[in-house]
Amino acid sequence: MINRILSRFHGGVHLPDRKSLTAGQPVRKAHLPDRLYLPLHQHIGASAEPVVAVGDSVLKGQMIAHACGYVSAPVHASSSGKVIAIEDHAIPHPSGASASCIVIETDGEDRWIERSGAEDYLNMDHSHLRNLIRNAGIVGLGGAGFPSFIKLNPGPDYQIDTLILNGAECEPFITCDDLLMRTHPEEIISGIKILRYALKAKHVVIAVEDNKPEAYQSLKGQLHNEDIEVVQVPTLYPVGGEKQLIQVITGKEVPHDGLPLNIGIVIQNVSTAAAVHRAVNEGTPLVSRYVTVTGGGVTQPRNLEVLFGTPVNELLEQCGGTNMAMSRLVMGGPMMGFELHQHNVPVIKTTNCILAATDHDLSPEQPMMPCIRCGSCADACPVSLLPQQLYWFARSKEFDKAQNINLFDCIECGCCSYVCPSHIPLVHYFRFSKTEIAAKEREQEKADQARARHEARQARLDREKAERAARLASKKAALAAKKARSDRASGGVSDDKKAAIKAAIERAKAKKAAKKQAGTEPEAEKNRAVSERKRAEMKAAIEQAKVKKMARKQAESGHERGVSEQKKAEMRAAIARAKAKKAEKKNDGI
Amino acid sequence: MLTAIITLGVLAIIFGLLLGFAAVRFKVEGDPIVDQIDKLLPQTQCGQCGFPGCRPYAQAIANNEADINQCPPGGEDTIISLAELLNREVKPLNAEMGEVKPPMLAVIDEEACIGCTLCIQACPVDAILGAAKQMHTVIESECTGCELCVEPCPVDCIRMVEVETDYLQWKWPDPEADGEMRP
Repeated sequence: MINRILSRFHGGVHLPDRKSLTAGQPVRKAHLPDRLYLPLHQHIGASAEPVVAVGDSVLKGQMIAHACGYVSAPVHASSSGKVIAIEDHAIPHPSGASASCIVIETDGEDRWIERSGAEDYLNMDHSHLRNLIRNAGIVGLGGAGFPSFIKLNPGPDYQIDTLILNGAECEPFITCDDLLMRTHPEEIISGIKILRYALKAKHVVIAVEDNKPEAYQSLKGQLHNEDIEVVQVPTLYPVGGEKQLIQVITGKEVPHDGLPLNIGIVIQNVSTAAAVHRAVNEGTPLVSRYVTVTGGGVTQPRNLEVLFGTPVNELLEQCGGTNMAMSRLVMGGPMMGFELHQHNVPVIKTTNCILAATDHDLSPEQPMMPCIRCGSCADACPVSLLPQQLYWFARSKEFDKAQNINLFDCIECGCCSYVCPSHIPLVHYFRFSKTEIAAKEREQEKADQARARHEARQARLDREKAERAARLASKKAALAAKKARSDRASGGVSDDKKAAIKAAIERAKAKKAAKKQAGTEPEAEKNRAVSERKRAEMKAAIEQAKVKKMARKQAESGHERGVSEQKKAEMRAAIARAKAKKAEKKNDGI
Repeated sequence: MLTAIITLGVLAIIFGLLLGFAAVRFKVEGDPIVDQIDKLLPQTQCGQCGFPGCRPYAQAIANNEADINQCPPGGEDTIISLAELLNREVKPLNAEMGEVKPPMLAVIDEEACIGCTLCIQACPVDAILGAAKQMHTVIESECTGCELCVEPCPVDCIRMVEVETDYLQWKWPDPEADGEMRP
């Protein structure tokens, strides 16, 4: 096998890795908590929907919420027990918000549901295999939580050239993937084989940062004749970013509005591969993961195997509790993680690290100084953006301009904030801008919908009016015709009358024709007139309502000043009424 | 001298014809400025501006019959974007029209509803579902919070509540909103 020639990505920073805090400690199983809080939304996509009710007994591995829509993932009970509530509970989210969770009171038995692995996945239909992975609730365990089965369905248009397994784990402090690669390389390799089969990938590459030699050796030791490469990539944050790692391994860049799939690449985390192995070969759904509990603020930092739904504070206790030096509790790493405001939030599928950070681990926020335009941020940006320019746009709230210089390509890695000599929290500005733009887009969508509905309603009202008018006209014509007939029957019809009848019939015919082509010029004209009159009436009505309201208000307050205002309002209403009348007259004239 | 006059005269005729042709060929139907204004308005169709809906208000702005600061649901953002579009001065919201409120949602007390359909007729976006002598209900996702259904209700069973936002709509706070002077 020839050695792969690696490329590099733009920017990046060298960080003190601080991984030795936990890398030397063996993984321990976390204690079974009394209560598990399982959020319905632990992944990217739609929330899962509960399929159990309060009071139900559940077994470990039983599906308790099913996926809702294509981009979604089911949730399984992570231990046996009883569902005691489905209610809002604090979730790990930067907002500190609460969201719907299924609360399970564990019975201590930790009894599994009956499981059976697939006998021979190599003869299994691809869609069946994907369904197995989907029903096991597997999402990307690297941090984003995108449902894994979707990535395994490239569709007929794309040929997968390379499957990359991400074992870079580039953020400081975090060692959970490292430990998994060292302790369970066979699970990872077995999972990789399944992924390769599902994707029909030509090449498979496992990427490990060169600061994890043990993990590298352990994976190498598992490989015999398989055509799987294990590659050591240089340690440079954020080499574990999806697009960065692809660039390092293949030299190709993912297009800015595209997916790795577009250039024939699929990338999965190594722990996702292990989860796929357990789901397919053992029939075990995703109910637990390795979590690094670390930082100077915790007494015995180590990796734990944690059941989803276990509250974070219980994990801290099992690691000897926190000490006084802890200044912040962060979920995730020091670069991309977010601060937890409540300590009772549960561990979810995307939780890789709990960082009890001291001021030494994570420097406290320093007073921000003016931008000196040094350009360090642009040098450090791994996606070649212009953070400084984005910062000016974010400050002046010119979000559309920020969007034009590719704000949404920002991966929020934090390199720019890290290198900024003025301590400007650049990433915070970008996150703020992104959510502001998203909110604007939501509002615009709502407004467009309201406009469409309003126009549809207006059109309906106009049509109904026209129909009513046409009905009236045809009735009149019928009456005239009847009268004409009775006149003729009575005999002695003069020529004048005959002519009049003829004219009436002509008129009726013309009206009928007009009715048939509703929406022709005169009809439309009429409709417009009618709707205009209606508008004027509405305006008058609104004015009247305002007067009423104001009168009521003033009656309550009994202010002297109010009287004059009331008069003013009355005058205004009177004017509006007069206008309405004028409009009516005008319309009648048409 | 004469050649110059003739040349310029011929050119003038050619360009005149070209312009005339272009005016016919590329005639713009409707009034694009009204559409542009309408696009910036929040489409609550509440009539607080004094016009029966957002489009009539847009028309009035385009005709210089109304000012740009009469839309309370749009608030400051709408005024600023209108000012930008029309190249006018930004001014504070006209207090006569009402005040800026958070997004609202109409809720019908279904116990008290007598099924009179008055609110259905008042709703500008057909967001109320019901029939005569049947209970009515508001389709939450379609309600614009215009409050037009509150007044006609004979039993006062409609109230306006603030729209609840869940954490997926949560926005990162403005880094400069903490009152500190930023450099």
